[in-house]
Amino acid sequence: MTNAITTTARPAIERRQLNLQQQRVRAAFWFLAPMLVMLFLVAAWPLFRSIYFSFTNVTLNNLYAGEWIGFDNYLSWRTLSSGRTIWRGTLVDPAWWNAVWNTVRFSLVSVTIETILGLLVALVLNAEFKGRGLVRAAILIPWAIPTIVSAKMWSWMLNDQFGIINDMLLNLGLIDHKIAWTASVETAMVAVLIVDIWKTTPFMALLCLAGLQMIPRDIYEAAKVDGVHPLRVFFNVTLPLVRPALMVAVIFRMLDALRIFDLIYVLTPNSKATKTMSIISRENLIEFDKFAYGSAQSTLLFAIIAVFVAAYMWLGKLDLSGEGR
Amino acid sequence: MTIMDTIKSAGFYLAVAVIVLVAVFPFYYAILTSFETGTALFEVNYVPSSLDWSNYATILNNGTFPRNVLNSLFVAATTVAFALFLAVTASYALARVRFRGRGLLLMTILAVSMFPQIAVLAGLFELIRFLNIYNTPWAMILSYTIFTLPFTVWVLTTFMRDLPLEIEEAAIVDGATPWVIITKVFLPLLWPALVTTGLLAFIGAWNEFLFALTFTSSETTRTVPVAIALLSGATQHETPWGTIMAASVLVTVPLIALVLIFQRKIVAGLTAGGVKG
Repeated sequence: MTNAITTTARPAIERRQLNLQQQRVRAAFWFLAPMLVMLFLVAAWPLFRSIYFSFTNVTLNNLYAGEWIGFDNYLSWRTLSSGRTIWRGTLVDPAWWNAVWNTVRFSLVSVTIETILGLLVALVLNAEFKGRGLVRAAILIPWAIPTIVSAKMWSWMLNDQFGIINDMLLNLGLIDHKIAWTASVETAMVAVLIVDIWKTTPFMALLCLAGLQMIPRDIYEAAKVDGVHPLRVFFNVTLPLVRPALMVAVIFRMLDALRIFDLIYVLTPNSKATKTMSIISRENLIEFDKFAYGSAQSTLLFAIIAVFVAAYMWLGKLDLSGEGR
Repeated sequence: MTIMDTIKSAGFYLAVAVIVLVAVFPFYYAILTSFETGTALFEVNYVPSSLDWSNYATILNNGTFPRNVLNSLFVAATTVAFALFLAVTASYALARVRFRGRGLLLMTILAVSMFPQIAVLAGLFELIRFLNIYNTPWAMILSYTIFTLPFTVWVLTTFMRDLPLEIEEAAIVDGATPWVIITKVFLPLLWPALVTTGLLAFIGAWNEFLFALTFTSSETTRTVPVAIALLSGATQHETPWGTIMAASVLVTVPLIALVLIFQRKIVAGLTAGGVKG
């Protein structure tokens, strides 16, 4: 920005440039300050307090009467006189590990299916055909519907007695009795996956489509002239070129999936089969009056996500900041 | 055209039809249900069979739903205005001024927007109690800043970075201060980006559930998603599907209309930063 003047450097000009740069940096600081103060107030400080609470025994109604109890919310043990050791804390809580497993399972399955379906939809939308704009508008609809509304819509459609999904499947002869999709332990996760995939595939498709449209068309024309099989073109040309866009889309979706809360809260409340880390943390924090214990669980979720992001960025050599362009 | 080509294009249009049907059907079915009452509700219909507006009358006349809509509008509009106000100057600094640690700062901001919200719930709960704004719209406005502010800063930064250097140079040579450059040079160019970013942030705030559920305790202070999630019937075991669907349609139709009107800009806003990085 300061190399606008390219004549032989004279001290006076250099000093002026230096002053200008200094002035800009100082202005930048003041421009950034309000945003940084705000982010500190709503993000850094609450995060710090949540982590702090996880090392105390505070309760919901009395946030200031707690004592420091170290790692007891995470793990503690006591050896009885009989020689038996009793373990306590989140890390030996089967309900917590169930939630971890549910979250991981949900995230991996949903993001995998959404990526594949999103790529397929994007490939369809990338072709030239009549009414493409309309189709693109149509797939924006699931994305635009609030999560809570889609959860309610689908829990009505998946209703065991009067739901249209059971009716369709019965008419098609795919099932012989009505399924309690959201209530039964075996199908609750499937129900959550169906709704999540329906709602988020459009987002994936749009990100993939943006990636696809940056690939120059002449590559495909060259491949066509050479008579290369379309599948080979896809795996050798399209996929490598769309990979950076895909990597970013996958991590955004993954982070969203790992913290899922609202869909499950509405669609399958209190089902052990779908309870995720966010659900169980909030339960302990707000509903069960185990504020400190819930803080420990939310801190663990934060740690898991932080490690995941760091690993992903390191392995994928991602530069999300866009500085390296 | 050979037979093979015909089959291929038929298969392609079949795929298109399936995509559209799957995307649109659930909302179509919600509209259908919202016009049904009594026993009609419990018969599965694939095409409209009745046009009964009474669910809409119920939701609009009884209960707190209109109030909840106003709450949501106020919370989302205030949050977005606040975030945009802070983000314009901040993103100018991040996009156009070189300083040490800029990349790190950008990454931190992105990280905040990707936060699991549950991780700050306990601390925010304390803060909101301390500020004495529990169960008021301000609790939501404050807490929503955690995702609207980083998002708006991020998108506006990527947008401003792509503007050519020259537009600023003339102003610098004329001795304009950074503040004048922002308000006189950048702001007029930023309007389209501001509209898109604002709209996306508005949708995010309008749809938010976890904070709204936790930081409100009475029916009159709830936002729309919480109101719909907790809408209950006369008895505990009877879910009022008709009115739930009417409420859902009411709050979703404006959203879908907005998204369709601004669809090109929204797609651009969603992919900004993401794809280019």
